[in-house]
Amino acid sequence: MNVPILALDKISKRFGAIVVADRVDLALAEGESLGIIGPNGAGKTTLFGIMSGTVPPDSGRVLYAGRDITRMPPAQRCTMGIGRSFQIPLPFGGMSVFENLVVAAAFGAGQREHDAYERCMEILDQCGLADKANRSSRSLGLLDRKRLELARALATDPAVLLLDEVAGGLTEHECQALIELLRAVRRQGVSIIWIEHVVHALVASIDRLLVLHNGAFIAEGNPQAVIRSPQVAEIYMGIEADA
Amino acid sequence: MSVRVAFASRSSRVGMALCAVGIVALAAAPFWGGRDDLALLSEVYAYVALASLWNLLAGYAGLVSVGQQAYVGLGAYILFAFAILAGISPLWAIPLAGIIAAGVAIPVAMLVFRLRGHYFAIGTWIVAEVFRLLAAQISVLGGGSGISLPAGLIIAIAPSRQLRDFIEYWIALALVVVILALILLLLRSRYGLALKAIRDSELAATCNGVDVMRTKFLVYIVTAAGTAMVGALIFLQRLRTSPDAAFSVNDWTAFVIFIAVIGGLGRIEGPIIGTVIFFVLRQTLADLGTFYLLMLGVVAILVMLTAPKGIWGLVVDRLGWQVFPLERRVVLDERSAARAPMAATDGR
Ligand SMILES: Nc1ncnc2c1ncn2[C@@H]1O[C@H](COP(=O)(O)OP(=O)(O)OP(=O)(O)O)[C@@H](O)[C@H]1O
Ligand SMILES: [Mg+2]
Repeated sequence: MNVPILALDKISKRFGAIVVADRVDLALAEGESLGIIGPNGAGKTTLFGIMSGTVPPDSGRVLYAGRDITRMPPAQRCTMGIGRSFQIPLPFGGMSVFENLVVAAAFGAGQREHDAYERCMEILDQCGLADKANRSSRSLGLLDRKRLELARALATDPAVLLLDEVAGGLTEHECQALIELLRAVRRQGVSIIWIEHVVHALVASIDRLLVLHNGAFIAEGNPQAVIRSPQVAEIYMGIEADA
Repeated sequence: MSVRVAFASRSSRVGMALCAVGIVALAAAPFWGGRDDLALLSEVYAYVALASLWNLLAGYAGLVSVGQQAYVGLGAYILFAFAILAGISPLWAIPLAGIIAAGVAIPVAMLVFRLRGHYFAIGTWIVAEVFRLLAAQISVLGGGSGISLPAGLIIAIAPSRQLRDFIEYWIALALVVVILALILLLLRSRYGLALKAIRDSELAATCNGVDVMRTKFLVYIVTAAGTAMVGALIFLQRLRTSPDAAFSVNDWTAFVIFIAVIGGLGRIEGPIIGTVIFFVLRQTLADLGTFYLLMLGVVAILVMLTAPKGIWGLVVDRLGWQVFPLERRVVLDERSAARAPMAATDGR
């Protein structure tokens, strides 16, 4: 097997008494699309923090294309190719929607500003925000803020895209559009890890599903099979109505 | 599809036109104002410049320094040192003060940047106190009691007192215009994008590739240089410096923070509005002594309670105005297409 594009090697993390990651291993193959589910507080978002560099792990290593990046600052990881969206959107509120993307393209993708404009509008168009390009991002509703999170992460021109609950609240139609968009992103060779509670959207667009519970992966494999597995049913009853 | 991006909006076009008219009128002040007016206006310019620089530091980069008096005083002492010890014209000493202050700010930044949050603020204040104590040790510059500029150097600027007043006034105006113009250019540049991103969310900025520490470091150095040049000019106009006056936390930081906060942090227009309000208050209430300081406190509390983003923040939220063309606006194709038929009839 090739070297994974992103890997966690025995990552542990605790906040006080709560263990949110207990010797977690994970390997994302190049071009792969991976889904993560797990109950609230399982430690999913924390894993993204560890991958993107905003949360330092207590022990273990983070590897990017085989290179140890455990101590690399987040900005450098982003320019290197790890793009991330935030579960609770963090727009640059004092800037327009378009400028939000220009920041990501200029710094995350390292583009010259003028060269980035066209691509930024293209991404806004794909994410359904083109008509709001000049709006102040503070004035956006929650759904549009989530769209902006996705758009901004795409504008960093990632090799690995970390998506944290971007489908919640979308209509069926919008959800289909999102799945299509992510398929197109994958065709460009981007590897994806997607944390999502909207299980049917997830299952429709991933190769492999992982289930996180109390800071450890308790099931892994074919999405359909994992969803039906007894482990999942046991710890994870609430959201199955969705799938 | 080609994407056109413009900075100007209608309000910023009006704003820039008003600015141009204002600058011309102010440049002509020696011809319509008296000596006192020039002195007052020079002081206003100095505060606009200091507050704008502090706003860049605290409002954009999130570096809440309460020690910028270190650089005001440093600028003043550099000017007096060059003038008195080396005989260099005070006018030349102003840019030199900027360069040297930038050099001094580098090790200071490496020191205070190790501190976080409140500790950073306290650290900057301690550095300024150390500077003040050091200045009091320089006996050739008057030690603790300070020193005046020798008459010969003053006369070298211009032979008559009136012409000297004019020249100093114009330099004060030029300095604030240049500082504001540079801040505007900085904010429009790549660094400006980074700064605005940091202002709005440090976490999101860093996860979108912005090197937050490096940007903050640069801003700290740049504001130190600007602050020192303003400091040099202030004390050139006063003709006298002393450690307590030059490194005054009250004059060069407390009032400056008041101005920036009531005007609106993180907005280039904020410190200008804030300075106007501060001087209106000062000129109308100055006779009341301590009561005046009390009133400043009351105004600050009222503004913070009713308009936490300052007075300009309120204007932006309500009306969306921007005086300075800072925001990239996409000029949408549909709009230019809609305008096309009109252009055709115009051409007839
Ligand atoms: N900075 C922090 N300090 C202390 N505790 C934290 C911190 N961040 C997260 N936690 C705790 O760690 C646990 C895991 O949080 P995390 O956000 O990773 O969960 P999650 O799986 O993303 O949950 P959700 O599905 O609700 O988004 C939670 O109990 C949370 O309260
Ligand atoms: Mg989460």
